[in-house]
Amino acid sequence: MSNTPEKQQPQFPQSSVLITTLGIIAMLSGLLVVIVYEYTQPIIAENQRLATEKAIFKVLPTAKTRLTFLVDGEKLKLADDKTMGELLYAGYDKNNQLVGVALNAAAQGYQDMVKLLYSYQPDTGCITGYDVLKSTETPGFGTKITTDEDFLANFNCLQAHVNEAQTELKNMIKTVRHGTKQQPFEIDAISGSTITSNAVGRMLNQSGQKLHPLISKNLTFLKKSKPP
Amino acid sequence: MTQLKKIEPPLTMDVFTAGLWKENPVFVMMLGLCPTLAVTNTLENSLGMSAATIFVLVGSNALISALRHLIPKQIRIIAYIIIIATFVTIVDYLIQAISLDLHNKLGAFIQLIVVNCLILGRAEAYASKNSFTKTVVSALGMGLGFTLALIALGSVRELLGAGQLLGYQIFSSNFEPWVVMILPPGGFIVLGAWLLLFNYLQQRKIDQLIVKDQASHCSISSN
Repeated sequence: MSNTPEKQQPQFPQSSVLITTLGIIAMLSGLLVVIVYEYTQPIIAENQRLATEKAIFKVLPTAKTRLTFLVDGEKLKLADDKTMGELLYAGYDKNNQLVGVALNAAAQGYQDMVKLLYSYQPDTGCITGYDVLKSTETPGFGTKITTDEDFLANFNCLQAHVNEAQTELKNMIKTVRHGTKQQPFEIDAISGSTITSNAVGRMLNQSGQKLHPLISKNLTFLKKSKPP
Repeated sequence: MTQLKKIEPPLTMDVFTAGLWKENPVFVMMLGLCPTLAVTNTLENSLGMSAATIFVLVGSNALISALRHLIPKQIRIIAYIIIIATFVTIVDYLIQAISLDLHNKLGAFIQLIVVNCLILGRAEAYASKNSFTKTVVSALGMGLGFTLALIALGSVRELLGAGQLLGYQIFSSNFEPWVVMILPPGGFIVLGAWLLLFNYLQQRKIDQLIVKDQASHCSISSN
């Protein structure tokens, strides 16, 4: 053993002190987050309700009132906007006649998930428009799905019929290269914004395959339901 | 052995103004460049991100300064990150409550404020060593300096990339937008241009001081 003087080690606090300090800071943080969450949660829920309401009447311009339905297996149940689960919205005119159904759809775009609310006419089997609920796509490119007139013309009546057995769409909705659209169930992509155009086609097909047969099966219930 | 008590320099206007110009977090210290490049494609996004960053910077640095004597240095970084993450979560809820639209536009970059090195850097370099008041004043100055930088980038990019400012059309319909400006490369181009201007102005100031200094030396020697 050498007799060289040992270097003085810095005093290290006890583990219990470190754990207690971190515990107190974590508790303080949790408390702050909970207080803010409790305060903002009703405001956020109301904001989301207003945004959804605005989008529903935008995609169903002839609707005067609406009802919310919850998808419950093969059936639809009357619900309200606070109900948790997959919701769809039926729009009614002033005579309480069904004018269309607004449905949610989402798919991965170029940057992040793109979320839409689109209108579906069960009687004609057409998708007649959409509103973008969430998109962080590249300005000038991905955002063209809301401004490009040629692209929006796809939705004058995008065919989304259900097959006779009411199990799936008669034809798969798909996005095709710009200028090559030949079928009424195809979407003509935006040149320079192919990824977002494809995302729109994909999400409408996914949503249509699942929800359009369900709407067809419950169409009488949707038509008979009367808004208050 | 008696320990000399550290004397803290007094609170002056310099503490506040340093962040605005002399120690501007973006143009001088090159901190927080991720949101600077990512969300400055429009002026509205720049203002939203600036407000969120100021809130997190001031709130977290103030709390860190208040707790600085209680946090052992061995766990200081993890403690700072917990505090910063708390304020980021709070600002995320607040923005959703104020404007869902802005929240959707800023996307994941709100949550990413937690890894903005400007905030952790100021916590470690300033808040952990200075009084509460000085920390708040300095954080406000830094936050406003960050805001200035984001406004500088956002306004140029939106103006050239879309011919608009805050959504209002500025240039006539004959103007062909430089779409590259609102794309990621545009962020680098505009930041580079602003850095060039900043460095030029700083160099000019230094040159003027040298000339002034030499002139005063000459007058002293001639006397």
